[in-house]
Amino acid sequence: MGTLDFLLQGLLVAAQPMNLLYALIGVTLGTAVGVLPGIGPALTVALLLPVTYQLDPGGSLIMFAGIYYGGMYGGSTTSILLNTPGESSSIVTALEGNKMARAGRGGPALATAAIGSFVAGLIATMGLAFIAPYIVKLALVFGPREYFALMVLAFVTVSSAFGDSTLRGLTSLFVGLTLACIGIDQLTGQARLSFGVPDLLDGIEVTTLAVAMFAIGETLYIAAQGDKGPDKVEAVRGSVWMSASDWARSWKAWLRGTFIGFPIGAMPAGGAEIGTFLSYATEKRLSKHPEEFGNGAIEGVAGPEAANNASAAGTLVPLLTLGLPTSATAAIMLAGFQQYGLQPGPLLFATNPQLVWGLIASLLIANFMLLVLNLPLVGLWVKLLTIPKPWLYAGILLFATLGTIGANPSVFELGMLLAFGLLGYIMRVFGYPIAPVVVGLILGPLAEQQLRRALSISQGDVTVLFTSPIAAVLLAIAALAFIVPLILRARGRGEVLAQLAASED
Amino acid sequence: MSRGDSPSVETRRPDRAALIIAVVLAAIAGVIFWDVSRLTGLAGYSQVGPTTVPYAIACCLIGLAIWTAVEGFRGDFAEREPQQFGPVAWVVGGLAAQMLLLNTLGFSIATGILFAMTARGFGKRQLWLTIPFGIVASFVVWTIFAKVLQLSLPAGPLERLLF
Repeated sequence: MGTLDFLLQGLLVAAQPMNLLYALIGVTLGTAVGVLPGIGPALTVALLLPVTYQLDPGGSLIMFAGIYYGGMYGGSTTSILLNTPGESSSIVTALEGNKMARAGRGGPALATAAIGSFVAGLIATMGLAFIAPYIVKLALVFGPREYFALMVLAFVTVSSAFGDSTLRGLTSLFVGLTLACIGIDQLTGQARLSFGVPDLLDGIEVTTLAVAMFAIGETLYIAAQGDKGPDKVEAVRGSVWMSASDWARSWKAWLRGTFIGFPIGAMPAGGAEIGTFLSYATEKRLSKHPEEFGNGAIEGVAGPEAANNASAAGTLVPLLTLGLPTSATAAIMLAGFQQYGLQPGPLLFATNPQLVWGLIASLLIANFMLLVLNLPLVGLWVKLLTIPKPWLYAGILLFATLGTIGANPSVFELGMLLAFGLLGYIMRVFGYPIAPVVVGLILGPLAEQQLRRALSISQGDVTVLFTSPIAAVLLAIAALAFIVPLILRARGRGEVLAQLAASED
Repeated sequence: MSRGDSPSVETRRPDRAALIIAVVLAAIAGVIFWDVSRLTGLAGYSQVGPTTVPYAIACCLIGLAIWTAVEGFRGDFAEREPQQFGPVAWVVGGLAAQMLLLNTLGFSIATGILFAMTARGFGKRQLWLTIPFGIVASFVVWTIFAKVLQLSLPAGPLERLLF
């Protein structure tokens, strides 16, 4: 069967009434939570994970896909109407979008962001559907050493290639890897680093860590900044519809953004930010109105927003085909799969094609729903932006603890939530990135398993890791991704990399 | 955690916070070595066992600790903004209160207290208003998640009274 047949079957699964309802609930919740200031897609997905606990795997993942895409849409609304540089994957959208909103062109800015996200989501999801089978075939020739090399590459790109400090990125990663060692060793059944505490034998829950680091760490950090007065929300004045010239200036930017964002997301190359910055730079260079950049150029919203969504869909390529999360959001989605004992990867395409293709198809459906949900209802989402900070953060903590209590109502689990929340706060204060901790925690055990398999096959001979051509190339790229930024920073060229920092996504 | 007031970057004096972080990283590495040393003898014929990866991680942590210390002595560690600890204490206190009260008073009351103390941290001082409001909001959430979505959230006197 070809890809189209699989996709059609997936659409049949996704179009069942219950699944449509799950998708609708997912996109609505995802948009509502994603709109809240300070909540990025990663936290949206982590906070809403408990909502899906009681569903069957198919319905749960479909709702999850809706939450993921909804969170992305919601984030762009926030950054246009409320200049929140804290939300990393839409920093660029905020640059031009907020200027447009201040100039009374908030409506067209929201429209071009929503339609651009739709176009990008559509093309990128189709790209995912068509590329995935080839990568699955490629992945079948991967042995343990190739997987290990791939994971090393993911570790390097997530932690040290971007951001303003190699040292701090690597420290975050190794904190995550240390936490990953806690619990029962998968291959020999021995307890490691659990100090006789039974609660630690199962290891540390990815969702507990993610919610603590993102929600509680962020809340504490904002609280510690003191009261700086309310943020100014730009009202949406005028029509949300775009004029003919807006369309003419937007559509090329959407397509360029998509083709920049998708490959970057699909490679194990870290977050969505890189694509948005590249797209912004491209639009600025190609624009017929370069003087408008910095004062609200519509291309500067259209391109990066498309790139953002395209690379979000792109990160699903390594996640679904190789089981390799390359962003914090993808890491939490992987945890969502694992709660049903499903391990994404080439095998899942063979053993559970209905689930995988249903998920991909429901991304397409969620995308349509979001377009309908976002354009006419934007006034409703804007209201969510005006929630005063005390209620907002009190509510965030209510739901953050709800998820943990729902998964495991123990004092110990809440204690871990608090401890990791404090850790996340301290890391924020000193500028340590958060995403590498989460990726390290979820990818650490998988990487260890592959490494030990590879070394067991070779009877302890370490050189075997470099003798396969694929593994050698991957490790060489990883080494380059580690060394080149070090040299750039040493020569004082680090600002570019700091701008590309993936702080949340 | 009163590290926010350590010397600024321009003075190029050793950064105390960086040195503390370096010590903590080294201590974590020490804990790994100590814990994993109990597991020896299971490496098998390939010399790769449950201890291999933790040892590697611990060695990397020591390397990172040295690197952090060097940056700290050179004084080129991260700049940071001044932090206010009062609000942080309120939020942390709220989380601790919820943790300790959850199993005796139930989800709604414990979470209501967390809600009010968080709002206090963000400047809403009227606890006599925010605590009841928080309890009501938490109770609504409890009803939705425990009764409709079948999530197991601990019940207390309030929940038993009404259901």
